[in-house]
Order: sequence, then C-alpha cells, then structure tokens
Amino acid sequence: MSLRNIGVVYRKELVDSLRDRRTVISMFVIPILLFPALSVGLGLLGATMMNQAKAEIPRVMIIGGQDSPRIVEALKKNDKIQIVPETADFETQITDRKIRAAVVLPPGFDAAANRAEAGKVLVDYYEGDIKSELTEKTVRDILRDYRLDLAKSLLTAKGVSTGLLQPFDLDENNVAPPEKVGGSGFGGMIPYFVIILAFTGAMYPAMDLTAGEKERGTMETILTSPVSRTDLVLGKFFMVVTASLATAVLALSSMGISFMLAKNTIDRLLSKNDPSFHFSLDPRGVLAVFVMILPLSVLFSASMLAVSLFAKSYREAQTYISPMTFVVILPAIIALLPGVELNTRTALVPILSTTLVGKELMAGNHPWGFIALIFASSCVYASIAIGAAVTLFNRESVLFRS
Amino acid sequence: MIEALKLSKVFPATKKTKEVRAVNAISFYCQPGEIYGLLGANGAGKTTTLRMLATILEPTSGTAKVAGYDIVDQPEKVRANVGFLSTATALYGRLTAKELVEYFGRLHGMDGEALHKSVDGLFAALDMNSFRDRRCEKLSTGMKQKVSIARTLVHDPQVMVFDEPTVGLDVMAARAIAQFIRECRERGKTVIFSTHVMSEATKLCDRIGIIHGGNILEEGTLEELRARHGKQDLEDIFVEAVGEES
Repeated sequence: MSLRNIGVVYRKELVDSLRDRRTVISMFVIPILLFPALSVGLGLLGATMMNQAKAEIPRVMIIGGQDSPRIVEALKKNDKIQIVPETADFETQITDRKIRAAVVLPPGFDAAANRAEAGKVLVDYYEGDIKSELTEKTVRDILRDYRLDLAKSLLTAKGVSTGLLQPFDLDENNVAPPEKVGGSGFGGMIPYFVIILAFTGAMYPAMDLTAGEKERGTMETILTSPVSRTDLVLGKFFMVVTASLATAVLALSSMGISFMLAKNTIDRLLSKNDPSFHFSLDPRGVLAVFVMILPLSVLFSASMLAVSLFAKSYREAQTYISPMTFVVILPAIIALLPGVELNTRTALVPILSTTLVGKELMAGNHPWGFIALIFASSCVYASIAIGAAVTLFNRESVLFRS
Repeated sequence: MIEALKLSKVFPATKKTKEVRAVNAISFYCQPGEIYGLLGANGAGKTTTLRMLATILEPTSGTAKVAGYDIVDQPEKVRANVGFLSTATALYGRLTAKELVEYFGRLHGMDGEALHKSVDGLFAALDMNSFRDRRCEKLSTGMKQKVSIARTLVHDPQVMVFDEPTVGLDVMAARAIAQFIRECRERGKTVIFSTHVMSEATKLCDRIGIIHGGNILEEGTLEELRARHGKQDLEDIFVEAVGEES
C-alpha cells in the first residue's frame, strides 16, 4: 500500500467525477436545492394549514335539546364554535365536511342532569380530518367546563363545599430548553436526512468508478499501471466517501441556511397558536450527529463499491444498488417509530443505531456508552465492507466477469 | 526480454460454461530489438497470453520473465516496465489528453520535472499539441490512438505488448500503428503483438508463433516457416498448420 499512489488515484477520480454531470447533480444540485426546498416548503405548508384549521370557527350541530334550553344556550354562547340548525342527515354532513361535529343530547337532558341521571352526551366527528378532530376537542372542552359548573351549582344548592370537586390543583411546567424540544420533533428527523443523503451521495460515484469503468473499457487500461489493485480501490473508495460526506454536509448547511431565513415566518405562524413554541436547533447536536455518520458513510461507500464492482455495466449496477436503497431507508424509518429505543441490541444494528443515537444527540442527551458502542460497531461493519471491496478488486473473475 | 515458460491459463467452470483451457503450457521468447507476432484466430488464446504477460491476469501454472522480472512473483515490477496497448484499453473520456498521459506517468511513479519532460517530449513527437487540452471523449479515433500510444510510452518501458492494436482502425490509422511498432523495435524495445491479419504479421514480425486452441503450433521467422511448409503465402502456411492439428 502506498499513500502516494492512493493520493494520485484519488485526485484523478475527484477531477473525473466533478466533470460527470450525474455525480454533480447527486452531489450538489439535489442536496443544495431539492432537500431544503422540500423540507422548508413542507414545513411552511404544514404550518399554514394548521393555522387555517385553527382560525376557522367550526360549524357544529346540536341534535335533540329542544327540551333542554340551558345546555343549548351554553353551547351557543361559546364563540369558539358556531351552532347551525339541526337536520336529520347530520352524519352525512360531517362526512361531507359541511359541518365539523355534532353534539347528540339525550331526551330531557337538562332535567335529568339536575338529578345526575342524564346518561351520555355524544360528540360525533370524523377521525382523520384534522379540522373535525380539532372541533371535537373544542366541543369536549366546552362540555367538560359546563359539566363542572353544573356540578358546582348542584353541590352549592345542597350546601356541600365545591372544593371537594377539586381536592388539589394541577399545572404543568416544561423543563426542556427550547432547542431540546426542537430535537425531539423536527430535530429527530435530521439524522435520518443525513443518513439518506450520505447514501445517495455515494451511489453514483460508486457505480461510475467501478461498473462504469468496465463499461467504458478503462478498467483494463488502469490495470496495466504498476499501482497495486489495493491502492487503486482505496483511491476510488476515498473519492466515494468524499462524495457521500460532501452531499450530507452541503444538504445540512443548505437546509440550515434556508431554515434560518424561513425561521421568522415559521416561528410567527406556529407561535400564534402556541406562544411557548420556539423553533431552534442545537448546532453542537448537529455536529455530533455528523461524527456518528462518518463510519456509516464509510460503510455505505465501501459496500456500494463492492456491489457495483461485481456488475458488468452501469445498468446492472443500478439493479443491484436500487434494492439497497430500501435496506437503508427501512431501519431509518423503524427508528422514527415510537417505542423503538436505544438498547444494547438496537445499538448493534447498523443504520438503525445511528438514527436512534442521532435522535438522542439532537435532543441534547449524550449516552456515552452507547455512543462508543455504536461508533465502534459501525467501524467494524465499515472495515468489513472495505475488506470485501479490496478482496473483490483483487479477484480477476470479478474484474473480468463476462 | 520476454521469456514464457509453460504458461497456462484455465478459466474455471461456471454455472453456464465448462472449464476453458485458454492457454496450454506455451513457451516462447522475444529478445530486445525484436518483434514477435502471435498469429491466431479469435479464441486462440492470444489475448489471454498477452494479458498474463502484462500481469492483468494471473497464470494458472507456469510463468514468464518480462524485463527480467517474474510475472507471478513481481507483477508490479513487470507492469512498471511494460507498455500495454489494445483496442480494449480505452481512455478516460472526461480527462484531457494531457491530464490522461500525466495521470499514467504519475501511476508509474513519475513526478515534477521528469514527468513534464516526458509528457512534453511525447506530445511533440506524436504531434499532439493541437489537442492537448481537449477532453478525450471529444477526440477523433486517430487522436485517441495517439493519446493511447503516449499513455503506453510515458514511462519509457523496455517491453511493449500490443493486443490486436489495429482492430477496427482504418487504413491510415492502422499504418500509423504499424509504423509505431517498428519504431519501438528500432529503439531496442522488446515487442510482442497479436493479430489475426496475415499481411500485418508478414510485414512486421521478425518471428511468428501460430497459436491455436491455446497451443503454439508453429514458430519461426517467416523464411523458416516458408521453408518448412514449402509455401510462400503465410495464410496457406497458417491453414496448413492449424488444419493439421484440427
């Protein structure tokens, strides 16, 4: 192995790749333009929709209640909802989104409620329709307040202290600093993005530097040079890692800049509803995620090199690499599921472990034991992949497969 | 100097194909200042033999000494002293002519002044300066060929290996290659080349080996072959040699 030779090969592959349109698109254009546009765009769209949903005064129907003016009045008085006249097809109207919810009162509600025998009040809504869901919550809050007030007045009438209804007070207090709240929500997505990008960034160069060379007939040319095959494959490997990391770095910085620019808008949109909301990320967390991505990027680069080295043509390499995309996306998605947590077993699963520890890092936690375990295990997997790529490159049956 | 000693190559059986004995214990030699021609039909074992000499493939058994080094024990030393040219050895399309030749110079351990001198000399000698900064993918076939020649010569190898270098070339380009092969001999290099074109072998080779089915059936100067077979035309000699065997 000669560092000088690896460097010569690396520099040439770098120049060569930077002149390849496909590599440039996957390395620069997609991460710089597409990802921020997608994520910021979706964020803005989501926030706007949420605001619209919350700004609307939903139409609610009361079914029954002709004999119970007291509760009907309490509902009508509330300005968060708008009561519309009763019709028989109220369920269809909810389905058709003409009204958002309906309150079904049992007959003789007011009178029965005074005896605490009123039975059940139903709130009809449409699950899956966010506006209907929000309305259901609002209506339920109104009815709950009404029930408490009614209970208080009944107890007062009987001369019992209303304090019995609330033996203690309840309040909540958030101790997480704003950037860590961000870590659990949006921030938890960042490691996932970076992993996907580290993979896609390595994809095209890996195929181009191996199967592409075979297809163009330059493989035989390069094998006539005195540089050892190990040096050749390592030079190529470093080029692929460079592309992988460059893609991830560029995407992260470009996403960061876009979010900073869009921050005020998103903040304004979201904090209208929730004044405690602050949109922010911990830069140290992002940096830590990056360090954890390093061995993963090496693993991606080396295994894609090995796989596409086996292919005879670019096209064949693509058929091998495409299924690998699912292999990468799947563990990353599993990690986003609630309940999947970091433990000694998940810490040994490549990709999954990095997404999980990335989530923790973004939330400002540093489980050092797991960090060491994951970094070490990822390094082991990465070295196995490099070993496989080097071994394959030294086998003439692979290089001259026909 | 090239000296092949019972050189064999067997491609193991795969699911689809049977075991193939591409080269069967062949021995021959070629001295500096000499052109040795491997004459054979397609599939005779020419390319496999030359690839083994250039250490792109490893022999199954036997060995060869090329420029004083053993192809099995010191393949990297062998490659450092061999220039290998074939129609299969393509150029990197996205590099310019100059970048490509420099790259191969660097792979041969050259740097700085020595590299520049060698590259500049080659570009002048081959009249390539008009397209030195043009990308290889944009070059004509003739220009590409010159770049390939410069690529094989950048490290001034003692031994030149040409694998069917004129296949697919037009008359002028093929003549240029033939001229280049002669120049290599004049500069005292050891030259081996393979072809299935009789006229090419007649014109260029000092000695000819007729290869068929992985075996060298006949060997000698053109005059020796003519005397042995009592025929003038190399094609007739070739058919007789091959026909006797099969």
